[in-house]
Amino acid sequence: MSRIKEKFSELDAKNQKALIAYVMVGFPNKNATISVVRGLIKGGADIIELGFPFSDPLADGPVIQNASTVSLEKGAKISKFFSIVKKIREETDIPLVLMTYTNILYHRGYSKFIKDAKKAGIDGFILPDMSIEESKEYIQAAKGSADTIFLVSPNTNKIRISKIVKASSGFLYLVAVYGTTGVKTGVQNYTLKAIKDVKKQTKGKIPLGVGFGVSTAEDVKKYIKAGADAVIVGSAFLKIIEKTPQAKLETVIARFTKNLKNSTHL
Amino acid sequence: MKYPKNGRFGEFGGKYIPETLVPAVEELEENYLKFKDDKNFKKELNYYLTQYAGRPTPLYYAKNLSDSIGGAKIYLKREDLLHGGAHKINNTLGQALLAKKMNKKRIIAETGAGQHGVATAMACAVLGMNAEVYMGYKDTVRQKLNVFRMNLLGSKVHPVQSGSKTLKDAINEAIRDWITNIETTYYLLGSAVGPHPYPVMVRDFQSVIGEEIKKQMKKINNKTPDTVIACVGGGSNAIGTFYPLVDTNAEIIGVEAAGHGLKSKRHSATLSAGSKGVLHGMMTYLLQDSEGQITETHSISAGLDYPGVGPEHSYLKDTKRVKYHSATDNEVIDAFLLLTRTEGIIPALESAHAIAEAVKVARKSKKSESVVVTLSGRGDKDVEEVQNYLNRHVKN
Repeated sequence: MSRIKEKFSELDAKNQKALIAYVMVGFPNKNATISVVRGLIKGGADIIELGFPFSDPLADGPVIQNASTVSLEKGAKISKFFSIVKKIREETDIPLVLMTYTNILYHRGYSKFIKDAKKAGIDGFILPDMSIEESKEYIQAAKGSADTIFLVSPNTNKIRISKIVKASSGFLYLVAVYGTTGVKTGVQNYTLKAIKDVKKQTKGKIPLGVGFGVSTAEDVKKYIKAGADAVIVGSAFLKIIEKTPQAKLETVIARFTKNLKNSTHL
Repeated sequence: MKYPKNGRFGEFGGKYIPETLVPAVEELEENYLKFKDDKNFKKELNYYLTQYAGRPTPLYYAKNLSDSIGGAKIYLKREDLLHGGAHKINNTLGQALLAKKMNKKRIIAETGAGQHGVATAMACAVLGMNAEVYMGYKDTVRQKLNVFRMNLLGSKVHPVQSGSKTLKDAINEAIRDWITNIETTYYLLGSAVGPHPYPVMVRDFQSVIGEEIKKQMKKINNKTPDTVIACVGGGSNAIGTFYPLVDTNAEIIGVEAAGHGLKSKRHSATLSAGSKGVLHGMMTYLLQDSEGQITETHSISAGLDYPGVGPEHSYLKDTKRVKYHSATDNEVIDAFLLLTRTEGIIPALESAHAIAEAVKVARKSKKSESVVVTLSGRGDKDVEEVQNYLNRHVKN
């Protein structure tokens, strides 16, 4: 069983929902990432998404774009990324998911990239520009070794949702809003409806996570209440990282995480 | 390839897009397939192409230029004479009409040099729609007159500050806008790039160039041209020129921007020096580093300053049907000056890349042979850039 699957069944047994936290690795530097991850774990995050920057992050809003740029300017490299993952893996067994763009995997070759990532301690992948039509080789490469987490949107039709559910493992990622990551629009009625609709198709098959623009404890409560099995918070963490001195990062992140995690309890 | 199955030209193309865009792209394909052969749609488009944009454009025998070289006869396909001064209007009229049929009220577009932005602004003005255009901040500086033209035409220009602040970043930002305003907005892409069906749709709207060349050459000497040449950035004027001639015996050459030289890393010659990858929704040749990060490009012409290329060009390269060469900034300036002085035609710097290649080809060819060059745009927008270049180089 994958670490992600195990985590969800463990939470299920406790009747709990998952808090998934996103951080851009190397933003603003390697040590900050390590401190942030420690804070996330201390605060009770269940799964951590580690972002690897791509030069052209077309699904991301200004906060993650900026973090990508900073990380690349500081010399982000895949080998360095994997060594940070290894370091994190030495400290924890928490599921780690890599979020990046298709070209990063394609360029090294799906199989080789996934093998190397797995070896470093990555459990699954999120590629926002990988549509199921183009995913055959990618899924093949990940099969049996890593989870392929696909995204659905509030405008995805029923038939397509069922195809995406079949292609997904670990969890299914519902994009909460029409927009890029980190855009604050508040909780929309169409999102709550989408959670209910998608949930009909995921129930008993795969957990449903909701992300994009989720930034406050209030948002978390509403999505969990609507039926989400997990919430994903990203840009909100990066904003804290941006303005917190490095020495205090772990504590500040832990406090914010704890507040979000508490909001997942109904 | 007539209509690519699954949007693939061989292994190139496809749809690598965020899920939110999928319904919009499917709706677009559905409507494009419905209207592309529709009699009334074609009639309406043809009306605007002839009465508004000025089609057909002449195939002009550049006698002075040909004589100065002393080889093959060079013919210029005068897309520079179109309304707006470039081939871009062929595509913007087609897509804006389609958007209107789809009841989309808001149009967004990206632009590099500003030619596609201007052509979008014109098409939207005449068809009674509003356009918002994303343009890299760097390009708004080097093409500031085009920014003003778009404003005059009633379009809003958003300078893009992210990434390299050029065309690729303008496309990223337009896609982000589209994701955010998916229900109301039509994305009017200006080149033969992006997710399926854009590459095939833009090609079809631009194919009027190659179709006319075929007819016009037949009238001139009852033959297809021996060689056909066009410049390639994203590749819309080139694919429009090439596609109708792919089935003939014509030698076909695309010309990329070699900037300071292919070894300098300061160029935009994607097919000559790139490798396969995924960007802007398509699998194609890209300029990227050893880790798959897209690299910054350079060209003296903003319109060719793009690290990707239309997927059908990647296919035509790999199948060896089309040769892809390149011209350096220096060669381009020479060609620009040569055409200006021999024929009194000021070409766009983009088109001057094709002229540079035509000079090389004509020199090696017989007088009985014909070389057709697509002059994709006029050079008024580039006069200041050329002046700066010449000042720099005279001082040196």
